[in-house]
Parts: sequence; structure tokens; C-alpha cells
Amino acid sequence: MQPAMTTPDPDRLLAEVSELVARFAPPGAKLERSTELTADLSIDSVAAMDLVMEIEDRYGIDVPVNEIADLVTLGDLVDLVARQLGARG
Amino acid sequence: MDIFDKYDTLAARRAQLLATGIDPFHLEIEDLAGPCEAVIAGRPTILLGTNNYLGVTFDPACIEAGVAALRRHGTGTTGSRIANGTYAGHRALEAELAAFMGRRAAIVFTTGYQANLATIGGLAGPKDTIFVDSDWHASIFDGCKLSGATVVRFRHNDPADLDRRLERNPTPDGCRLIVVEGLYSMFGDVARLAEIVEVKRRHGAFLLLDEAHSFGVFGARGRGVAEELGVEPEVDFIVGTFSKSLGGIGGFAVSDHPRFELLRVAARPYMFTASPGPATIASVRAALAQIVARPELRARLWENARTLHAGLVGLGFALAAPPGPILSIRLPDERTAVFAWKRLLEAGVYVNLALPPGTPGGACLLRCSVSAAHTAEQIRAVLDRFAELASALAPPVAAE
Repeated sequence: MQPAMTTPDPDRLLAEVSELVARFAPPGAKLERSTELTADLSIDSVAAMDLVMEIEDRYGIDVPVNEIADLVTLGDLVDLVARQLGARG
Repeated sequence: MDIFDKYDTLAARRAQLLATGIDPFHLEIEDLAGPCEAVIAGRPTILLGTNNYLGVTFDPACIEAGVAALRRHGTGTTGSRIANGTYAGHRALEAELAAFMGRRAAIVFTTGYQANLATIGGLAGPKDTIFVDSDWHASIFDGCKLSGATVVRFRHNDPADLDRRLERNPTPDGCRLIVVEGLYSMFGDVARLAEIVEVKRRHGAFLLLDEAHSFGVFGARGRGVAEELGVEPEVDFIVGTFSKSLGGIGGFAVSDHPRFELLRVAARPYMFTASPGPATIASVRAALAQIVARPELRARLWENARTLHAGLVGLGFALAAPPGPILSIRLPDERTAVFAWKRLLEAGVYVNLALPPGTPGGACLLRCSVSAAHTAEQIRAVLDRFAELASALAPPVAAE
């Protein structure tokens, strides 16, 4: 069982997710809500799934693969994580 | 905007590869002189990347069976299994596969890709959840997509991670299907099936095992990894292919589930495609008979695998898994991998070049597959070429 965890505030969540995204992005890349994962960070569909797996482990959630394809920006990713955390309760 | 603009990144990487003077992903084989020998770029070449594990593609019995069927029943069926495309041969092969695998029923598909597409896409539906190993083959990915199910990936070959994800996703209104491969095609590692079936049993999920690369190779009778590890009764569905150990093209699925054959009227990739041609069906039936009658083919394959693995490790190469039919060498980056692949080819040895995003974890691999048909001389010659490569890779190229 995962430990109970409250949803972090949006700024903190953005900072935490950005830290994980940085591992998959070119060194020094600017990470903002509007940053595009593929166009700006060269994170392809396969790398995106591996990135999401890191996020899943960090928060003890499961992001259905079906939803990863819709991600465009870092903000989309943060919102998706927030939704999954919210759904978990 | 052009309709191909979406592939700009892919196009740039492809252009980079083509600049090396050869396209590694569309190599032309000009002629063949057996299962392990070909002519490529005018040179005699030893084939070490064909998945022709038992070497039956030139087996006289398989060839004769194919030729006879071609003459008797023609070049193709021109129809799907649900129309005019079910011949006596298709039914006979299904009966023989079911008997060989010790299962109640078997269904034959036109390709191995479609076998996964049809079986996964047919079994799972929008209310179900599929739990799939993260090193999934494209056919599994596409089958999952076709199903409309919720898809959850678990860490590669990690039963504890699978357990956690099943715990988090009870799926009260649907079923849960776990999908794993017996032998993973890129690294050549074997599924931890004993622990996976334990997890599956605890959660009451279904288990589908893709034995594409392990069928004919593992197990006392060659049924695959489930037989090797003694867990066959716990595996609900097994998918396999004709294009590796059976030397043809096509695929199959087997099961003991009493309603399994409903897939014949529910799985679109089975229903809406022409059935395999008579020559293919006949040669595959003959190849299956060879697996039964000649266990020495498996013994020879494993002997070659152990010899090659030991030789490569001795030369200092980093192998991704223990000895097996797939021996993948890890190289530090794409440039080194392309250099090594090209150098081996120019020296008369063909292996598969495997690069991201087609590989797990961004690995750059020289993927070798061993055959029972490789002679001891060919294995020695291959190791000589790898020894030359090891010298060439030593300091200058690696440091560049």
C-alpha cells in the first residue's frame, strides 16, 4: 500500500515534476508550464512513458498509457499528475 | 504545412544514418545460400540476426511440403478465415498446435503481429485494465490500443511493481489482464514467470504470455518459457509466431479457456484479413513436426548460444543477458553502435542494429540471434570478426 499523501500545492507540484523532467531533458533546458515536451525538450513518446513511470513511482500513482499521448506541455503533465493524485484521494 | 511535417525529428535522424553510406534498416539481401549464409553488398555474409533459431527455413521436408501445397491449393486463399479462407490445412495446423501446446484450442493468424493485435484486442475491452511489461513489443502496444482498455505499464520484469499496480487498480467493473513476454526480444532476458504467476493468482487476474522468441527454444518439448519454468497451467493465453522457430510467417494463440474460440468472431485482425496461404501453412506444419521429432535442433542452438556468449564475454563485450538465443551487446552510444554494425557487415557478419526509440532505456545494441544451423566454423569465424571489432573499438573510437 502507498502511504497517504495529500496533493501538493500547484507550485510545489510543478517544481517536483520539473525536477523529474530535467533528467530526461537536455542539460540547462528551461522548464516552464508552457515548455513543450517533444518540441522543446526532445522527449519522444517512448521517453515520455519512461518519464511518467518515474513520476508514478514518486507519487505512488498509475497514469494510464492512454492519457500520455495527449500530453503536449509540462503544464499538461503537471495537471495530469494533479488529477491522478486527486482521484486517488 | 506538409502532412509529413510531424516526422521532422525522425527524418533528421534517418538522414544522419543514411549519411554513413548504408541504410541499416533496409538492408538488401541479394541472395541466400542457406539459413545462415547470404550475399550482401556482393559479399558472402554469415547471418547472425535472423531469429531463425532452429534453422528450418531450408529444411528439405518444410520446403517440399510448401511446394506440394502451392501446386495443389494455389498461391493464396484470397479471403479471410470467416469467408473462403479456412482450408483443411488451417484447421489441421490449429489442431496440431493445440496438441503440441497441450491446450484445448488454437487459433492461427496471418502474422505474428496480428496474433497479438487480435488476441489482446479481442480479450480486453474498454472496462478492463491491461497490466503490461514496460519492455513491450509494438504488437502488444497496438493490441492494447485496439482493445480500448485502460493500460498500465509496470517496471520491466518486476513482479513486485506489478503487484503494487494491481493493488492500486482493482477494476471493479471489468477484468484485469497481465501481458508479458517469455523471452524479451531486445535484451534476450527471460520473464520471471514463477513470481509473476504468483502475483496473478493472488489478484485473480488473467495472464497472457507472448512466446514469440521462446517457442521451440525453451522447455523440454520446446513449448516455451512457461514449460521451462513449470507454470503452464497458470498461463491463461499463450501467443506465438511462425516467423522464428517455425521458419514461416503467421502467428497463433492457444488457451484452455472454454470460450476462447469466441475470438474468431470478435477479433478484428483475425476476421478482416486474408488467411495465410497454403504453402505457408504446409511448411509451418512440417516445421512443427521437426520440433517434435528433432530435439537435437534445440540442443545445437543452446550449444551455439553458450559458445558465442562465452566468446563475446571473453573479448570484453558487455552482454545484456545470460546465454540464450538472443545475445545483445551493449555499446555506449549510437555512433559507436553504427560504426560497429557497419564494420561487422563489411567483414562478412550481419547482426541487427537496435537503436532508441526501438530499444528499452535508450540502449544502443548489436543484437545477435543464434541458430541451430550455425556450424562450429561459422561461430568461430564470427568470433574472429568480433575480436577484430574489439581491437578497433578499443581506445580511438570509444574516446572520440
